[in-house]
Formats: sequence, C-alpha cells, structure tokens
Amino acid sequence: MKFIMAVIKPHKLDDVREALTGIGVQGLTVTEVKGFGRQKGHTEIYRGAEYAIHFVPKIKIEVAVDDNQAEQVVEAIQANANTGQIGDGKIFVYDLGQAMRIRTGETGTEAL
Amino acid sequence: MIGIGRSAAALVVFIAAMAGAAGPAAAAEINGADTAWILTATALVLFMTLPGLALFYGGLVRSQSVLSVLMHCFAICCLASILWLICVYSLAFSDGGGANAVIGGLGKAFLAGVGWDSVSGTVPETVFFMFQMTFAIITPALIVGAYVERVTFGAVLLFSGLWLIVVYAPVAHWIWGGGWLAERGAVDFAGGMVVHTTAGVSALVFAKMLGGRRGFPGDVRPPHSPGLTMAGAAMLWVGWFGFNAGSALAADGNAGMAMVVTHISAATASLVWMVIEWVKYGKPSLVGIVTGMVAGLATITPAAGSVGPVGGLIIGLAGGYVCYQGVTLLKSRLKIDDSLDVFAVHGVGGMLGTLLIPFLGVTALGGAGFGEGVTMGGLFGVQLMAVVAVAVWSGVISWILLKIIGATVGLRVSNDAETEGLDITAHGESGYNF
Repeated sequence: MKFIMAVIKPHKLDDVREALTGIGVQGLTVTEVKGFGRQKGHTEIYRGAEYAIHFVPKIKIEVAVDDNQAEQVVEAIQANANTGQIGDGKIFVYDLGQAMRIRTGETGTEAL
Repeated sequence: MIGIGRSAAALVVFIAAMAGAAGPAAAAEINGADTAWILTATALVLFMTLPGLALFYGGLVRSQSVLSVLMHCFAICCLASILWLICVYSLAFSDGGGANAVIGGLGKAFLAGVGWDSVSGTVPETVFFMFQMTFAIITPALIVGAYVERVTFGAVLLFSGLWLIVVYAPVAHWIWGGGWLAERGAVDFAGGMVVHTTAGVSALVFAKMLGGRRGFPGDVRPPHSPGLTMAGAAMLWVGWFGFNAGSALAADGNAGMAMVVTHISAATASLVWMVIEWVKYGKPSLVGIVTGMVAGLATITPAAGSVGPVGGLIIGLAGGYVCYQGVTLLKSRLKIDDSLDVFAVHGVGGMLGTLLIPFLGVTALGGAGFGEGVTMGGLFGVQLMAVVAVAVWSGVISWILLKIIGATVGLRVSNDAETEGLDITAHGESGYNF
C-alpha cells in the first residue's frame, strides 16, 4: 500500500477531488496548511507599516491507496492541481506499512 | 436613544414640577431638553469606550492578545469611574481655592454636597458629573493602543489610575475647570487637548519606555480582524456625536453645528486616507479608511464649537493628511512602536485641530468668530501655549509614573508570554475556541 500526501493550491481542491473519485478513490483527508516553496510570501500594508507574510495558504490532501493504483492517483493529482504557476505544490509518496478500518477491524488493502 | 431622551425629559419636568410645588428650588433652573440630551450623550460617549474603542483596538492586534485589549478597556472603565467619584471629578471641576489656577479642591470628593437638586449650568450636576466621567474613562483607554501585546496588567491599572489623578485632572481643570488656561481664553471644545493630546503624548512616552513588540519593525503580525476594527470604528463615529455635540452642554444650535462639523470632518478625513493609500499602494484598505476617520474626528474635537461646515471640511482634509504623515514618521523613521498609532492619530490630530481654531474659526469661513478683544494672532498664541503646556505636562509626568511603575510592578511581560499571547498568559482565556 502507498500513502500519498500532496500539498496543492486551495482553489484546485475541487478539481482534484473530482478526478480522484472518478478513478475510484474511496476517501481522502484534507487539511488547511500554510507553507512556502519558491513561491515566497507577500507583504501586506496596514497604516503605512509593511508586514511580511511568509507563508501562503495551501491545502494538504492525504490518501491511502493500493500499490497498483498509486501511479494513477499521482498522475490524477498532478494533472488537476497544475496551474503552470509557481506555488502549485508537491506530491509525496510513502510506503504504507499497515491500515485498518476502525468499524470492522479489516486490515490491509481491504481497509482502503 | 430618542425614547430614552423623551422619558428622561419627562421625568425631569415631573420632578421639577413637584419640587417647584414645594417652594423655590434649584430644580427650576434645569432645562429639560438640555438634560435629556446630555443624558443621552453620556450613554453615547460610554458606548465609544465600551465596546467601540475596545473592538477597534481588539481587531488590530494578534488573535492571541485580543481579549487582553478588551480587558484593558473594560477594567480601565471601571477603575476610572470609581476614581472619578472618589477625587478626580472634584480635582478637575471644583474650586481649588488659592490653587485654583492649577488644580481643583477635594470639596466634591465622593460627590459631597452634590445631590438630586444640584445644578451645573442648565443640567443636574449629576448629569454633568456622568458626562464628564465618560471622557475621563476614554482618555486612559486610548493609551492602551501604545502598549498592546507586551504590557503587564498591573502596570495598566496602576498607570491608568495614577495618570487620571496627576495628568488628566489637572489638565481638565486648567482648560475646563476654570484654571489658568481657561482664564487666558484657551479653546478646547470637546477635548482636543484634554483628551487627545494628553493621551497621545503619554502614549508616545509609554511606547518609548516600554520598547517595541517582538519583531518590530520588520516582523510584526498584521491585524487579526480588520472587520472587528471597522465595527469598533463605526461605534466611535456614532458615539462621537455625543462626544462633540454633547460638549455644547445644551440641546441647541451649537450642538447641531458641532454634529455637522464632526461628521463632515470624519467623512472627509476617511476619504483622504483612502485616496493616499490608493495612490501609494494601489489598494485602499479598510483599516486605512477607518483610521482616517479617527484622525478626522480627533482633529475636529477641539474645534467643534468654533468652525462652520467648510471649516469642518478643511479640518478633515488637514487631519487626514497630517496624521497619515505622522503614522509613517513614527513607525518607519523614528521606529517607535506606538503600536496602534495613538500619538500619530489622536495626539497629532488633537494638537492640529487646536492650532487651526484661530484660522478656521473666522466668520468668513462660516465659523463662530472670536470674542471681544480676541485676535487671530492672540488666540493662536494662547492655543500654542496651551498645547505645549499640556503636552509637556503629560509627557513628563507619564515618564515619572512609568519610571516608578517599571521599578516596582514591572512594565513588560516576558518574551515567551508575549509570543504566546497575553490572553492565555495574563488572563487564562482564549479569544477563539473553534
């Protein structure tokens, strides 16, 4: 199993969600995060004083998938979160050691 | 508000009629309309502090310190109210005998001798007492803006209390209580000097002695809730009608004109600030436009009884522009962290308005004109002397108070406490528990 974590621009979430459910992903977790990469923060000005805002709001998606679906999922995320501008984000793939469905106790790929 | 006013007026007339039936009484000198208005104005001015100023300042700080700001305003209101009763009203407004040029006496401490029938002008003295109290409440509350996010709560209470007695009371007495500046004809209709200059200068001294927030100037956090700030600002605008029009101490044409010029100045200065930001940064901000409003209101405050509508317009233009320069000068060049710009907006505005009175109060500009034997140059000399005297007294005494308080209770919280936020560290509460 693989655990895929992607940090994307907030306004691309809907596109990514539709694409993933379209290829059969059963569920995912979304968190609001802040971060920066090459897209630095920006400055805001209040009453003539400049405030450096270092972090940019992003969305983190986490989804656990079967090994044979991982590549499809990564491609779906990349294709739908892409805007061509810096700050589009990154996708990370972890090896997932174990998974369990809490309600039934099922483990392994049955839990996904 | 209208319902309260009419009920109050009816009640006063009823009591006056009853008292009159018993014999000649002081109650007969009371004007019902004036009394009703000043009762209402009192509520409006208290509303400026609670919650107007509290929300205005609250939105400008980080979310971790929002409650501390609200707490400062609330606690100062309570403390100032009690001190006003105990001695500050008497020191400001009673006869000081031989020392009356500089301070009142303690004859009216605890409102001794002031009862249901006491009169001040055309309103019950209790009403005058309350109206003036609301000014004494908001003035130390204004200073909160200088020391947000890093001051100890003990220092806030100690400083505010002592400051009321040794700075506010004397200055109020000098200008409004028959003291030496009043004798020389200094004009301060609603507190450009008594409120805004004292608070502004003291705030500057406090900010300098306290030191800036961690990360000042390059790395401070922006206002956490500009919406909250606007809500507070709106309450300040409405309440200011009580502040300035109420200072006419009568329900008459003076109050009406004061209301006009106050409003025009607020609107004008708001637009000035908006235009400056639009031109300079391409984006006129909400925080900016409401700050402009405060600048306009502070600047018109001393002049609300002297200028006409066109004068109000000019004051709005001047206040908006000059105070904006003040903000940039202090924060960017002098690097003093008067965090919420108390001096730049209230101090500068109050002083500017005070000094503009001789020029804009002329009848040619629709103003009220000057009294017998008063010339423009002569009045300017008096205004300048008054501004300097008030500023110097405020600054020096504040410095002394802060030296003492700093050495005893301590002025500043630890770095960790400041970073974590005063809400949790000083008050054990969290502003937002989503």
